Amino acid sequence: MPVIAATLEEALAAVTDGCALAVAREVSGVAMAATRALIRRGVKRLHLIALPTSSLQADLLIGAGCVETLETSAVSLGEFGPAPRFTAAMLAGAIRMKDATCPALHAAFQAAEKGVPFAPLRGLIGSDVLAHRPDWKTIDNPFGADDPIVLLPAIKPDVALFHAPMADRAGNVWIGRQRELLTMAHAAAKTIVTVESLHGGDLLADPLVAAGILPGFYVEAVAVAPRGAAPLPLPDRYPADLDHLAEYARLAATAEGFARYLEQHVHDRRAA
Amino acid sequence: MTGAPPNSAFRDEELLADVICRLIGDARHVAVGNASPIPATAALLARMRGNGRPYVSLLQSRKHNFFTDGGRELFDCAGQGRIDVFFLSGGEIDGEGNVNLVGIGDHDKPKVRFPGSFGAAYLYYVVPKVILFRTEHSRRTLVPKVDFISAPGTSPANVHRTGGPIALVTNRCLFLFDRDRRRFCLASVHPGQTVAEVLDNTGFDFDRPADIPTTAPPAPQTLRQMREIVAPELAEVYPQFAAAVFGIDRSR
Repeated sequence: MPVIAATLEEALAAVTDGCALAVAREVSGVAMAATRALIRRGVKRLHLIALPTSSLQADLLIGAGCVETLETSAVSLGEFGPAPRFTAAMLAGAIRMKDATCPALHAAFQAAEKGVPFAPLRGLIGSDVLAHRPDWKTIDNPFGADDPIVLLPAIKPDVALFHAPMADRAGNVWIGRQRELLTMAHAAAKTIVTVESLHGGDLLADPLVAAGILPGFYVEAVAVAPRGAAPLPLPDRYPADLDHLAEYARLAATAEGFARYLEQHVHDRRAA
Repeated sequence: MTGAPPNSAFRDEELLADVICRLIGDARHVAVGNASPIPATAALLARMRGNGRPYVSLLQSRKHNFFTDGGRELFDCAGQGRIDVFFLSGGEIDGEGNVNLVGIGDHDKPKVRFPGSFGAAYLYYVVPKVILFRTEHSRRTLVPKVDFISAPGTSPANVHRTGGPIALVTNRCLFLFDRDRRRFCLASVHPGQTVAEVLDNTGFDFDRPADIPTTAPPAPQTLRQMREIVAPELAEVYPQFAAAVFGIDRSR
């Protein structure tokens, strides 16, 4: 049974040093409050897998020294420009980068949810993305003739972590149409979800709602974190805090400014 | 850019969106990825003019996005040929249509790092009309050979490839891409620019017909449609851009 945790820290116990942690893209529901809690705890050597891209979350974790390996298709602050701590870490050779392309990550997670060892994907051939991924193999389509196609090993994260609008006490999580969260949870050994609020009833009872549910069967722990995606947006609930993101982009441009940001917005719990 | 009479003055972004809208042509489904406010403007303009055709999917939008099966649905759609037009940019673009979204120098410890390839290493192969755009037209961005190929402009005959580049739109000009010859051809030069300036600022070799027209400026009606109908819709996804270019207040 999923644990309805009393605190974020308790819910995050499965995110151990060195674990493979899968996280969601900005528009799907990013567990930012949980991310700040992980930084406060000082988690180390994460293999962070962002499905399929990341923004503030990866930049913060990298800047705070929590990441050893990053596997994703892109890290950027969108309209606020390049992700400064990601960029600095790459230039310094401080993290190992497994560059991917969005559909490759989706396909590799889908392979894991099917319990098969790999997924095939079109594209990629002739790119340096493929050239830098010795773990990806090109084969000749066994059903065709002279038709090369790339195979991607399944991605099986230790933990998937995201933020959603609500869950019930059985750990059923309403994700609406952010359905890559289902794939992510199916692929991961354990899934931790933070939610805006707990729902008193059974979210699986109404078929209209049930179609948008991640069943509690897949969920390890749930914690309530109001505005838990902020300053990033939560679809249909609140928009991005643009002033905050602009301030982040300005501060994180330097190591000193980033340290000040961490002090103000991560380590000062009242602000977090 | 200069040369337009004051009563139809337009911004660079509006000219580029108009050029891209014409390149979209008749399509059923146009998808727009991350960090592409000018292509998004063009796609929404095309949809407005076509009374709902083409379908437009803005990847980061809640409202202008009909997908219900997660982030993979766009790519699955593209793999089946259900997306006709997409847009790509690049930190570097070369004369063979190769794009670099990753970086310059050693991959593990680069001199310059860009955000990453996003969906390019797949979509460039399977979307029939990919329109390249880059608002900085310089020898730094348009290079003889990209340092990292996020996605190649063309592929050998045995590689499954139903898509690829058709054009490159910059702040200076419009190039069309010839897939058989693996080269760009200068199609028009934007108002206020010259062929000599385009040559000076392009790092790769390209074809130049004897007579190269000036890009037509956006018609007054086009500008009105962009500013009054498209811009407010754009603000959901690109609030900064909508504010800077169209004066849309993000708090509305």
